[in-house]
Amino acid sequence: MSNIRRFDMDAGGSSFSFKQETEAKIAFWLSKYPNERKRSAVIPMLWLAQKDNGGWLSEPAMREVADRLEMAYIRVYEVATFYTMFRMQPVGEFHVQVCGTTPCMLRGSDDLIKVCKSKIGDKGSVGANGKLSWEEVECLGACVNAPMAQINDYYFEDLDETSMAKLLDDFVAGKDPQPGTRIDRQTSAPEGGMTTLLDESLYDGSLARQLTSIPGAPSSVVESAEPDVAVKETASSPKLENNASADKTETEVPKKTENAGKPTLEDTDRPLFLDKPEGEADDLKQVSGIGPKIEATLNELGVFHFSQIADWSKANIEWVNGYLSFKGRVERENWIPQARLLSVGGETEFSRRQSKVSEKGE
Amino acid sequence: MLLDKDRIFTNLYGHHDWSLEGAKKRGAWNSTKELMQFGPEWICDQVKDSGLRGRGGAGFPTGLKWTFMPKEVKERPHYLVVNADESEPGTCKDRDIMRHDPHLLIEGCLIASFAMRAHTCYIYLRGEYIFERERLQQAVNEAYEAGLIGKNASGSGWDFDIHIHHGAGAYICGEETALLESLEGKKGQPRLKPPFPANAGLYGCPTTVNNVESIAVAPTILRRGAGWFKKFGRENNAGTKVFAISGHVNRPCNVEEEMSIPLRTLLETHCGGVRGGWENLKAVIPGGSSVPMIPKDICDDVLMDFDALREVQSGLGTAAVIVMDQSTDVIRAIARLAYFYKHESCGQCTPCREGTGWMWRVLTRMVEGQADASEIDMLLDVSHQIEGHTICALGDAAAWPVQGLIRHFRSEIEERITSYRIGRPHVQGSNITAAE
Repeated sequence: MSNIRRFDMDAGGSSFSFKQETEAKIAFWLSKYPNERKRSAVIPMLWLAQKDNGGWLSEPAMREVADRLEMAYIRVYEVATFYTMFRMQPVGEFHVQVCGTTPCMLRGSDDLIKVCKSKIGDKGSVGANGKLSWEEVECLGACVNAPMAQINDYYFEDLDETSMAKLLDDFVAGKDPQPGTRIDRQTSAPEGGMTTLLDESLYDGSLARQLTSIPGAPSSVVESAEPDVAVKETASSPKLENNASADKTETEVPKKTENAGKPTLEDTDRPLFLDKPEGEADDLKQVSGIGPKIEATLNELGVFHFSQIADWSKANIEWVNGYLSFKGRVERENWIPQARLLSVGGETEFSRRQSKVSEKGE
Repeated sequence: MLLDKDRIFTNLYGHHDWSLEGAKKRGAWNSTKELMQFGPEWICDQVKDSGLRGRGGAGFPTGLKWTFMPKEVKERPHYLVVNADESEPGTCKDRDIMRHDPHLLIEGCLIASFAMRAHTCYIYLRGEYIFERERLQQAVNEAYEAGLIGKNASGSGWDFDIHIHHGAGAYICGEETALLESLEGKKGQPRLKPPFPANAGLYGCPTTVNNVESIAVAPTILRRGAGWFKKFGRENNAGTKVFAISGHVNRPCNVEEEMSIPLRTLLETHCGGVRGGWENLKAVIPGGSSVPMIPKDICDDVLMDFDALREVQSGLGTAAVIVMDQSTDVIRAIARLAYFYKHESCGQCTPCREGTGWMWRVLTRMVEGQADASEIDMLLDVSHQIEGHTICALGDAAAWPVQGLIRHFRSEIEERITSYRIGRPHVQGSNITAAE
């Protein structure tokens, strides 16, 4: 990779041997790959060597791995320097890896880095009497618990300046803090309480009952496939709230199912529509709440101008809300007042921002 | 809105027993042998019918991918390799599956391997997921002891082994051929395709690489039926999906929801909404760092699925939603991603090796406003030079966020440049060279 990573020949000494208790682990890893492919074990072996060498890889350690796997030394160096978890310089007893990638950055990883700098020193240095060292690393894959850091093997999550400082103090004091989140939440669930998986019947063992039939099993293909298709057709369109798809078949659905209570295109409450825009169509997206999709749908319904929306009556609004399954969005997002302003050439704060973006956009 | 009874990952948050006993109680390993009795073709057909598209980012139909494997095992063995190298910024869904519902994944490995006539499966975890690796290994051990995998797995007559492997901190190993190289004990540099892995993958043998989530949902799809899975989401975007929502929402979380859920509903139902209210939203990266960001007006009514997001020039990717409110410096946010791609480029293709670093340096100056307005177009041009000109998709992934930034927030970059120049009459655009 792009950063040059040099071996530390002085600190590495001239020899390395695996610890006795590591031998069983090595054997376990080697058992996973075909015999003539034992090179596959190089990453796990280097990782074990790094563990046995105080958290970093010395050159003799790499040679030991190469000898055991019957690999050329350069092939092992090549692997060791490619992967960033292999460290070429000595580290502290507790090595802190602060994630600094955008999801963590958005939630304050800069603060964690500040703490590391003040308590440990510059990036790469070993501080606190050899106890601590730190580096900024790329995404560690715990983004919903940002900001976070990995300290030696485990993840410490939902940190802030205070909890990070305490964490480092605890490590230095030999307290062995618990990994995991530092706030009131169950792992990756929303803070304060779960919004899903609250149905107790999932956990009472009823799902473990032997299946009476396998859906789609060869003999029952014909019977079981049919109802599924039927369910799909009737249930899928109303299911999605705010389904403003411009898809032809979807907009035709209300015509077919007249009993569904949904407004139809023939209703008298349908707002005034045009076959084509009078002159140039307005950019309806200037109304906050109308995006490209809804704009396309409205165009399809014959609505092209702010003035048309501005003139909608209460009954018209209800028809639109019903027809597009909007549940009151038109009122909630104040389409009418916005459209009135825009139709007479005025602008809203939103439309000002909009036109700035579209003028200067690609 | 998805009901609890229709969720596949019922222990997503680890609030129940992850081990074999607990997993069985929640329905894992239920009737596995019966599911296998109709043979590999039937399994592939069911998965195809369900409309499941790969959950690792590209969205390729999973069942179809399985059928690319040779129909008969000749002298070369078949392999299933599970891609658990979850490193796309914003994404942390597979982690929860591995540490909290590992048996769904293991059962999926058996079923998928059987469908592809593979007796061996490797699960490649990212090196940093040490806890997850320990947990998954314990679960694999349990499954072996219970006879669910191993010789005559689950009484099906099929011999099946699972091995856990790990990487050591290289994002590129999430690319399937780089992953295979890494698994063979080499640097993780992607291979040229063809040959595709289904022909010559691991050790030159037929191999399929699938994402953790794609594999882990398979047993439940078979148990409940393709029609059940298909009824969630819009046509061509079927199923349920684990979304990971990070950034400026009140309560970031992972949550399993149905595909095609409106973005706004997703954020407001499960994450307590955008920090400071919906109007305080600035932009969202909807599918992990590699897809272009979308500004608020698109977020207002966009649906979270492959097709809807492609229509707005973004993508569902891994369904990792990164939310940015009005306080965000979007230029810095993307510059940080550019650094990520520079750091993670494997160095094999010149456009990516040189281009990612170049884009990062220019963006870093743009964060300060220390650039020339003409460099915005130059940056855009360079991003297009990288896109599509590399062996793997990392080049594209590095280019798209930058293109998204310029597409939607060009004015902000320009304003930054203007305000930098105010009071600095001596700054001349010609003195600033783009490349170093």
